[in-house]
Amino acid sequence: MTEITSAPAASAERLSRQDLARIVARDITPGSFVNLGIGQPTTVADYLTPEQRVTLHTENGMLGMGPQAHGDQIDQDLINAGKVPVTELPGASYFHHADSFAMMRGGHLDVCVLGAFQVSATGDLANWSTGAPDAIPAVGGAMDLAIGAKETWVMMSLFTKDGTPKLAPELSYPVTGLGCVTRIYTDCGIFHITEHHGTRGPHLVEAHGLSREEIQNRLEVDLL
Amino acid sequence: MPAIAESAVEAVSAVNDGSTVLMGGFGNAGQPMELIDALLESGSTDLTVVNNNAGQGDAGLALLIKERRVKKIICSFPRQSDSWHFDTAYRAGEIELELVPQGNLAERLRAAGAGIGAFYTPTGYGTALAEGKETRQIHGRNYVLEYPLRGDVALIKALYADHEGNLVYRKTARNFGPVMAAAAAQTVVQVDQLLPTGEIDPETVITPGLYVDTITVVPSASAAARGEAPADAAQAA
Repeated sequence: MTEITSAPAASAERLSRQDLARIVARDITPGSFVNLGIGQPTTVADYLTPEQRVTLHTENGMLGMGPQAHGDQIDQDLINAGKVPVTELPGASYFHHADSFAMMRGGHLDVCVLGAFQVSATGDLANWSTGAPDAIPAVGGAMDLAIGAKETWVMMSLFTKDGTPKLAPELSYPVTGLGCVTRIYTDCGIFHITEHHGTRGPHLVEAHGLSREEIQNRLEVDLL
Repeated sequence: MPAIAESAVEAVSAVNDGSTVLMGGFGNAGQPMELIDALLESGSTDLTVVNNNAGQGDAGLALLIKERRVKKIICSFPRQSDSWHFDTAYRAGEIELELVPQGNLAERLRAAGAGIGAFYTPTGYGTALAEGKETRQIHGRNYVLEYPLRGDVALIKALYADHEGNLVYRKTARNFGPVMAAAAAQTVVQVDQLLPTGEIDPETVITPGLYVDTITVVPSASAAARGEAPADAAQAA
């Protein structure tokens, strides 16, 4: 186990949650069909620009989802996967659950953005269960979302509160999907999981608040 | 042609002790609340229930679970902030849980309705939810074998039906309705309005009437909230 020798770098230098959402939004190719997972990934929608013409999918059965509904807009028949009332945009469409998940499993969505407890060096994802023995299990669409889209991006903090890296050589939490994560957006850096000379692993493309060397020193994973 | 039930209680008379009941809805959207309440009244017990969740608050499915009328639940997301009746039953070992990824749940229902014997899906491969299941590599990708999920009775909600049983849903309330309608031996639908045959444009029918056995009209509160008066057509029907 790598010794954690220093406190986290000054928080001002790391990406805030808002900055992270802004960067994920920036990286989505114009014209994409995208599913944003519950929690932090949902905030990416706030930073998508009209010019990007990104169409949002919600797995309970809709393409063309608009912002959260407020006041008179609230309609109990129009909710997102987090069961939050939302709005529909011009050009929206509705479909049943099997079609919605077929759309995802069939590789028709470009990007799915998810939260995570842990990601392995080769892109295995853990985000559905902490594995606590007394927990009541619940999975929802997590396993479908993990492996369905052309690209699966994760948003998370790079370290837990006690400093343990969430980017790990192997998962210690229960698996959601194997080898499915293609990018990891964290407060300290952005990683692309790629093949390099026959090895699959994380390539650091942006560092925030910590240098590449500092990040490498604090991870048990070899950066490509 | 489907039967028109005068009441929700009459509509759910096909549910017997030990039945497998498919219940539509995702959150409150599309949830056939009055049909589920009628099940509470009917007294049928020892049920296997298929639903995305395991009941919320002190209503509907949650009350069936509270009364220990559900021996097994097949769902994707039982644990919620207000799923206390399920949580209590589960921790007491008084309800069996089969946890299924949401897309696999939908596809298993679809397979049942479509006459598919089983199917290989990539969802869940390598996870705890695939333990003990057959797997296979096809064209370099790993899959898990999943079996169809049939119901004795489906309880679903739609916006309109006509007398042929053709159904139109509303927005994201469609969710599990069409696949459950096809996956059950008997499909019972509660609708906001029953329209005369011919009033629904055939191009807009989502569930053809062939899948529907019983219809009951329950004007929904959401329709009233939207300021939509019941259509004259519905009263004439």
